[in-house]
Amino acid sequence: MKQLILAVTLALAAPATAQPTGDLGLIVERASGSLLVVDQSDRAALGRIEGLGDLSHASLVYSPDERFAYVFGRDGGLTKVDILEQAVVNRVMQAGNSIGGAISDDGRLVAVSNYEPGGVRIFDADTLDMVADIPTGSKTIGLVDIPGRRFVFTLWDEGETWIADLSGGTPEITRIEGIGDRPYDALVTADGRTYIAGLFGADHLTALDLWQDAPQPRPILPGYAAGREDLPVYKMPHLEGWALAGQDFVLPAVGQHEVLWVDARSLEETGRTATHGQPVFAMARPDGRQVWVNFAHPDNDTIQVIDSVTKQVVHQFAPGPGVLHMEFTPRGHEVWLSVRDAGKVMVYDTQSFEKLREIDAESPSGIFFTARAHRTGL
Amino acid sequence: MNRILIGLPLLAAGAVAAAGIAATEKPDAAALEQLVLQDCGSCHGLSLKGGLGPDIRPDALAHYDADTLATVILDGIPGTPMPPWRPLLSEAEAAWIVEYLLTGDTE
Repeated sequence: MKQLILAVTLALAAPATAQPTGDLGLIVERASGSLLVVDQSDRAALGRIEGLGDLSHASLVYSPDERFAYVFGRDGGLTKVDILEQAVVNRVMQAGNSIGGAISDDGRLVAVSNYEPGGVRIFDADTLDMVADIPTGSKTIGLVDIPGRRFVFTLWDEGETWIADLSGGTPEITRIEGIGDRPYDALVTADGRTYIAGLFGADHLTALDLWQDAPQPRPILPGYAAGREDLPVYKMPHLEGWALAGQDFVLPAVGQHEVLWVDARSLEETGRTATHGQPVFAMARPDGRQVWVNFAHPDNDTIQVIDSVTKQVVHQFAPGPGVLHMEFTPRGHEVWLSVRDAGKVMVYDTQSFEKLREIDAESPSGIFFTARAHRTGL
Repeated sequence: MNRILIGLPLLAAGAVAAAGIAATEKPDAAALEQLVLQDCGSCHGLSLKGGLGPDIRPDALAHYDADTLATVILDGIPGTPMPPWRPLLSEAEAAWIVEYLLTGDTE
């Protein structure tokens, strides 16, 4: 309560809050444990927020008002930052080794997924006090929010997906077995209906229809690598940057140099596109017309752009060494790429493919624009 | 066999060249350190204390001998996400990485 009163006073006293945040973003600087605050429209860095610990593989989610970000660090740190003040507001060490997180549809709860000790912990978004601990005895991956104050996540060791319903305060857990061998990541569609887990130990993916009372695992793209030798996977693909391009999902294959297309309704395969290397992210431009793909080491200097109508590569270029992540402006006219080993973030026009700007950054990885605040699953 | 011997340095040169550094006969410490922290780090954590892959800091590796570790790096562990690095690294480079991991020459 005291905090609430304090916050109200601050909001009234600080004219800085008049600054809009709708075209701002944060870029993880993994080597230095900092965040770069950026402005999409100006294609510029505005400042830096420091003191966030080990940010390797860090990700973040935004509060509904696009003012605060919750940063999930590899070291188990959960940090709340204020984008306007460019400052750390609160920080808790919630576990030994965390992998990602999500924010509830109402913005009240922040969930963190942990490798050590495993399981999911849920925190109050205002105070960062823990409100629920959900031990799983397993590394947890693919944590997303879905409507109704619910979170969905998957157990790497057990091949189970759990749905945690927090609408009543105490978590009610629904367990779904039989997801498959070693799920490494998962995605949820923007309507919160379809949850797809990628598997390391099998050449299919598994889909759940979360609109069913008792969702049943359904294999999709069965045997996509049948009869072919598995190529080494030097980096696991990510599914959270999933692509819905027109009426198809585009999904990275594991151990094959290709992306796979499935019909979003029937979940039947609709095609494949051979790629330059092992895809890591296959991300659709917001309008769905293009899919941009980056690759695992040693091919991580290259980007391919695929047209979602023809499913053909229409553009290939090498922005620089270590392209880790991509983020489109909300309407897709530009894309920002983090080029880790060049120490640069590069901004490209998605129609002409012209480079518009380079911005200096310390080993940049994830790029997150505040527009994510309004999307389920991000 | 000859061809394999020729192939390995070439591939290794390719890996080092990909890191933007001229290839040499001797392992390139800077390029390999970058590889360990960034590319091994994507599974084992940038601080190497574990992630999807296990902790590979010195204490965690102390009870393995160097040859075993070099074999794991070069040939991977089938059935797990640990990939074989032989297509990208020479035996000398793998040996350098093992030494680097065992002596804990990290920040």
